[in-house]
Amino acid sequence: MAELHLNGVQKIYPNGFHAIHGIDLDVTDGEFIVLVGPSGCGKSTLLRMVAGLETISDGAVDIGGRVVNQLEPADRDIAMVFQNYALYPHMKVYDNMAYGLRNRGMAKDEIDRRVREAAGILELEPLLDRRPNQLSGGQRQRVAMGRAIVREPSVFLFDEPLSNLDAKLRVQMRVEIKRLQRRLGITSLYVTHDQVEAMTMADRLVVMNGGRAEQIGTPIELYDNPATTFVATFIGSPSMNLLEGTVAEGGVSVALDSGASIDLPDPRPELAGRPVTLGVRPEHLTPTADGSGMTLRLDLVEQLGADTLLHGHLDGDERRLVTVRLNGHFAPGQESVRVAATSAVHLFDRESGGRI
Amino acid sequence: MIKRVTFRNRWLPYLLLLPQLAVTVVFFLWPAAQALYQSMLVEDAFGLSTEFVWFENFEELFADPLYLEAFLNTVVFSFSVAFVSMSAALLLAVMADRTIKGTTAYKTLLIWPYAVAPAVAGVLWFFMFNPVVGILAYVLRGVGYDWNHYLDGGDAMTLVVIAASWKQISYNFLFFLAGLQAIPRSLIEAAAIDGASPFKRFWTIIFPLLSPTTFFLLVVNVVYAFFDTFGIIHATTEGGPAGATQILVYKVFSDGFIGLDLGGSAAQSVVLMAIVIGLTVVQFRYIERKVEY
Repeated sequence: MAELHLNGVQKIYPNGFHAIHGIDLDVTDGEFIVLVGPSGCGKSTLLRMVAGLETISDGAVDIGGRVVNQLEPADRDIAMVFQNYALYPHMKVYDNMAYGLRNRGMAKDEIDRRVREAAGILELEPLLDRRPNQLSGGQRQRVAMGRAIVREPSVFLFDEPLSNLDAKLRVQMRVEIKRLQRRLGITSLYVTHDQVEAMTMADRLVVMNGGRAEQIGTPIELYDNPATTFVATFIGSPSMNLLEGTVAEGGVSVALDSGASIDLPDPRPELAGRPVTLGVRPEHLTPTADGSGMTLRLDLVEQLGADTLLHGHLDGDERRLVTVRLNGHFAPGQESVRVAATSAVHLFDRESGGRI
Repeated sequence: MIKRVTFRNRWLPYLLLLPQLAVTVVFFLWPAAQALYQSMLVEDAFGLSTEFVWFENFEELFADPLYLEAFLNTVVFSFSVAFVSMSAALLLAVMADRTIKGTTAYKTLLIWPYAVAPAVAGVLWFFMFNPVVGILAYVLRGVGYDWNHYLDGGDAMTLVVIAASWKQISYNFLFFLAGLQAIPRSLIEAAAIDGASPFKRFWTIIFPLLSPTTFFLLVVNVVYAFFDTFGIIHATTEGGPAGATQILVYKVFSDGFIGLDLGGSAAQSVVLMAIVIGLTVVQFRYIERKVEY
């Protein structure tokens, strides 16, 4: 159990590729941090740098008050769960879990106690004599977790541990991992590209893009106040609608390029006349009964049972696809629907994509 | 399910099989039958008188201390060659697997010896170890060892083992390298996080995972040392000194073509044939099934 601090951590590969552009992150004891971003954003690289599997080009990684930049992975007091589990195929489950403890010269009965305890927590007791190839995906995942737990490390590192599981098992393991982490209270760093996984598991999220941390915050902070259009579209499913427009006189509304107009809940007189990107989540667009609002010409209607997703184009804007999320059902056969934005709209700078 | 092809003409499949069957019959079954027949004959050196003696040749063979010595030589030689060539190849493969730059160049250079004919490989080492002009013999004398494979049976055996191993390293190297590259990186990383030193990682993770490859290569190398090293021995020691490097295959040649004991030589061939069949059975039974690629 420990705090983890990243100070200006950078990664530059020998071929000159700048993979991580200076990341600062302070993780408190027992916190569950999720690194999330699209492929190639550097999230796995960052995790591997903390693990000691990649060298750190600049900056410092501090685990439990100790700068670990020059330490071997084994000496950093971390445990890692790999995407493909990385179980030793020639060893039984018991030996897989005990391997790291034996390497550290721990007493036999202490190893046995810890392995059995971890197996108890993860319901692996009947499987201790099996080999990895006799286990199902979910069981292998548990063994990989067990191997991490028995070490009782300062920090858990997870590298997309659920992406090889089927959807149902993924949801189940997601809950299990989170519950286990709470129970053990071990500081954790978790990498995923799945934003639902990120939102549901994280105490705080780090949204990464192109080797930079776009925003760090709790899931709700990121959902309510995305700092950039990247975060705005990455967090939330389906993603936020972005519409180009210009702030009208007095800052009370935004005149969209498509011709429609959306009122701002809080007037922003200082922005009058400025071209902006307006963001509104699908769940914050609602059909109007009185015919006010904008016309959405429907391309596709997805009935999800609890919700309905309407995909279409606003009149006068053929380029931007707009999605509306409704609670409940939607009468089929309609070609267009009038929608209006409720209170939650976001304004971003059109050039930089930053929140204004 | 194996897909079954149905031929319309009932003779066509036999016709298509004929070339392969003809080759097998002419170059294997017929000579094998000849050897079997010959092994039960006693002939004089000129082939003027021939007598059918049933298994007398075999009885003599197994009572002959020289033959048993050759048998022992073969076992020592084969396992030495397998051990030397496999351990050297494994070491090279582990190192080649770690390099990042110039991997292709290393690989190409390491594969070259395989293209050298056995006799040439033998002569190459023969000259390097030649007590009069050889550079390695000179070096050995420099460090106080008087190398002479003309006189010393141990030196001669070492020479043929080195020459035969050197040629086989390339083959083993390729298989070990492929085996190493098939081990997922994350396993090694997990072991590193689990606190295993590089040495320990090799012996507890990498080597066990290579064991199917190792077992396969062991059989292949033993077979190679048993049967494909005639050229090396013939070009260097010719079985000497005093039969110290006389292996079974070489004894077949020297007894049959130099000693002109055709019946005895044929009996030895039959024994070798039995050994080959045995090794092949081992290979099919335990390896083809075990090794998964």
